[in-house]
Amino acid sequence: MYLTSYLALAAILFSIGLYGVLTKRNAVIVLFSIELMLNAVNINLVAFSKYGLFPNITGQIFTLFTITVAAAEAAVGIAILIALYRNKGTAEADKYDSMKG
Amino acid sequence: MTGEFIAFFILSVMAIGGAVFMINFTRVIHMALALAFTFFSIAGIYLLLNAEFLAVVQILIYTGAVSILMLFGIMLTKHKDEDQGSIRPMHSVLSFIGVAAFFGVVMWIIYQTPIAGGTADPKLFGVAKLGETVFKQYVIPFELASVLLLVALVGAVILAKKEEK
Repeated sequence: MYLTSYLALAAILFSIGLYGVLTKRNAVIVLFSIELMLNAVNINLVAFSKYGLFPNITGQIFTLFTITVAAAEAAVGIAILIALYRNKGTAEADKYDSMKG
Repeated sequence: MTGEFIAFFILSVMAIGGAVFMINFTRVIHMALALAFTFFSIAGIYLLLNAEFLAVVQILIYTGAVSILMLFGIMLTKHKDEDQGSIRPMHSVLSFIGVAAFFGVVMWIIYQTPIAGGTADPKLFGVAKLGETVFKQYVIPFELASVLLLVALVGAVILAKKEEK
């Protein structure tokens, strides 16, 4: 069954991305791992658009919009990161602890 | 053993290999390059799924634009470019257990659910059909996406601008 293989690939990539988000210290790599998770979800959408119950081109269009939003998110994320780096002097995610109670 | 299966196998090994290398490398720039390779392989996966336009967009935006953006981010922030991993060893062990449990549950669901599905007619896809659907049925979300990109552009410029004292 093809659909299950694509879903399994997407699950593996999503899990690797999640692990990267949780363990990496460099904030740029954390952002990049989020992009990997978004890509894994996109694979699911495109796979369902070919092998789903109602094969339809809508899945591809949804992926197109997801890519747009992900690109905007990456740009704003890098901008926030540079502003943070200017204030804190570090790019390590565990040093950003000013909201710690 | 059809050709599609062999291509899928090679591409998925490339994608997962790139992601695993990203986890294991220590230098930040190597991690970014490994992830760019993963995104490139995902473009191949899109080609297998009859999504030619999406494959080209994936290469343009992810392996092109987003990777370069991240490289600029690394260049502008990091000077000693080594990632030492987590501070506490417990943290990464706990994360690994949590992610492994999540992965196990998702895989169990994928292989247990009887997914009724057919295979699409390849004539249904193609750039002409995609453009027709985007500009007829989804024209309002398309315009909203352009507004979103404009807002993100202005917001990124304002956020990254050096604030005057």
